[in-house]
Amino acid sequence: MKRFLAFVQKEVYHILRDKRTLLILFGMPVVMILLFGYAITTEIRDAKIAILDHARDENTQQLKDKILASTYFLLTKELNNEQEIAEVFKDGKTKVVVVFEPNFGKKLQTESSANVQLIADASDPNTANTLVNYLQAIVADYMMEINQNANIPYQISMESRMWYNPELKGVYYFVPGLIAILLMLISAMMTSISIAREKELGTMEVLLTSPMRSGQIIIAKVVPYVILSLVDAVIILLLGKYVFEVPILGSLPLLFMEVLIFILLALSLGILISTVAATQQTALLLSLMALMLPTILLSGFIFPIENMPPPLRVMSNIIPARWFIVIVKSIMLKGSGLDILWQETVILCGFILFFIALSIKKFKIRLE
Amino acid sequence: MTNEKIIEVEQLMKIFGSFHAVDDISFDVKRGEIFGFLGANGAGKTTAMKMLTGLLSPTSGKATVAGFDVYKETEKIKKTIGYMSQKFSLYGDLTVKENIQLFGGIYGLKNKVIKAKMHELLGRLGMENSANALIDSLPLGWKQKLAFSVAMLHDPSIIFLDEPTGGVDPVTRRQFWEMIYETAHNGTTIFVTTHYMDEAEYCDRISMMVDGKIAALGSPDELKKGFNAQNMDEVFVGIAREGKVLK
Repeated sequence: MKRFLAFVQKEVYHILRDKRTLLILFGMPVVMILLFGYAITTEIRDAKIAILDHARDENTQQLKDKILASTYFLLTKELNNEQEIAEVFKDGKTKVVVVFEPNFGKKLQTESSANVQLIADASDPNTANTLVNYLQAIVADYMMEINQNANIPYQISMESRMWYNPELKGVYYFVPGLIAILLMLISAMMTSISIAREKELGTMEVLLTSPMRSGQIIIAKVVPYVILSLVDAVIILLLGKYVFEVPILGSLPLLFMEVLIFILLALSLGILISTVAATQQTALLLSLMALMLPTILLSGFIFPIENMPPPLRVMSNIIPARWFIVIVKSIMLKGSGLDILWQETVILCGFILFFIALSIKKFKIRLE
Repeated sequence: MTNEKIIEVEQLMKIFGSFHAVDDISFDVKRGEIFGFLGANGAGKTTAMKMLTGLLSPTSGKATVAGFDVYKETEKIKKTIGYMSQKFSLYGDLTVKENIQLFGGIYGLKNKVIKAKMHELLGRLGMENSANALIDSLPLGWKQKLAFSVAMLHDPSIIFLDEPTGGVDPVTRRQFWEMIYETAHNGTTIFVTTHYMDEAEYCDRISMMVDGKIAALGSPDELKKGFNAQNMDEVFVGIAREGKVLK
């Protein structure tokens, strides 16, 4: 035990004295969550819109005032004809064009129904979707107002068009994905690099000729990173909750248990990588190529798994983060318990056993 | 040096696939001896050393280190030996003190013992003022001596030195060998591999490995006589040229 503690202490010194690593360990989660948070955030303020008003009557004026009075929209331009729509989208600043049909007010009075068309720049699908939802809410609100003192209910029908990307992708909750990616990064990459470093510097041989067993060495190396990863997970959850208001509906202990399982999984992957990587650079590259890219691309973090072509969809099954993201999403957003998530949890544990078994095998081959 | 055999190796083999890395070697090392283990890169030195330090299990043959079997008692072997490698074996980002504490801890020494040893060791090396300096900030010669002293921290009866003086200037090498002599004088057996033929002359006995076999074994004088050579360089050239085996 004393051996073990002396070793853990050494690892802590390594981490604390390596400013770059420290920066990665604690700077990265904060930067990433803020970056992703603001990039994929669903709340948009001061979005630029243009209006093409064919009617120019009292009703359209009221509606326009109502739209612009909200904090969400800023008017860039009043358009005069349909041709200007494409033009105003071109610079990418204007996100939505609101089109009122000719005789909007008159139609509303006489026929009790009028049309508004919303044309959104859907090359940024999340923003487009969100803005259209906001506008629909504002129009619906306006409808309720004018219906209060009317006998026959007025009907403003809205039609929205998503330009440039008719198939809208959903809004993703980035926090679960971010936890998965950061834990993968810290646990797997850092441990594989730290073990590779001992090999590269030759200190590994010294350790192996000491009475410490190789298992002991590995576990002692991993302990500080388990703690660091947990701290990082807490940072992300706190930032998610208090900066971006991502709820945590489910049980916190369950969430942490799953986080811990995923950390162990990432660590076992890191150990596996270190058994094949002789230098820190190889370990770094392997971690990036073999872990980070598939985790980012195939886990459903950025691209929904449902939209993937079948071969990739099958492949996503072997990405551990895919299952973890499902678990975290369900716990945080739906409040699910272990009774629903046990399958995913079992899969994660299976991955751990598999990677550890493979590491042991690889390790033996190397020694033979 | 006594006549007590502390390392005994008999027909030791290590085969990787079809490659005989260590091919039927036999030798013994006596307590307190400085035993030089020479050979070109790839001759099997490192493999042989790995088997003796318990890192690698032999394919066949017999070997004991300090009376412990290399197949079954590797843990006991590890406790009785010290090891210092050609690559630097201390942690550069830890201080002198922290390195000593770490290795003392790894070898299971009590805190009190570690403290006493540290005091004694720093005093002997004249490094009291550098106890809190990072290893990286020390000159190479100091690091080398410190690495050696740390490898000796748990009073091993045998110390394995894997090309300990690689990349070190002649003066530092000389000083380093003085330390080795002193240690051997105190009864510790030294098992050292080296590239430097002049260093071979400092050893009590040397063995030269060629292609996994021991091509020559004896004291430097015996070898020079046997090969009719002026110095160890010529001995080495002789072995390489004639493939001559001298026992």
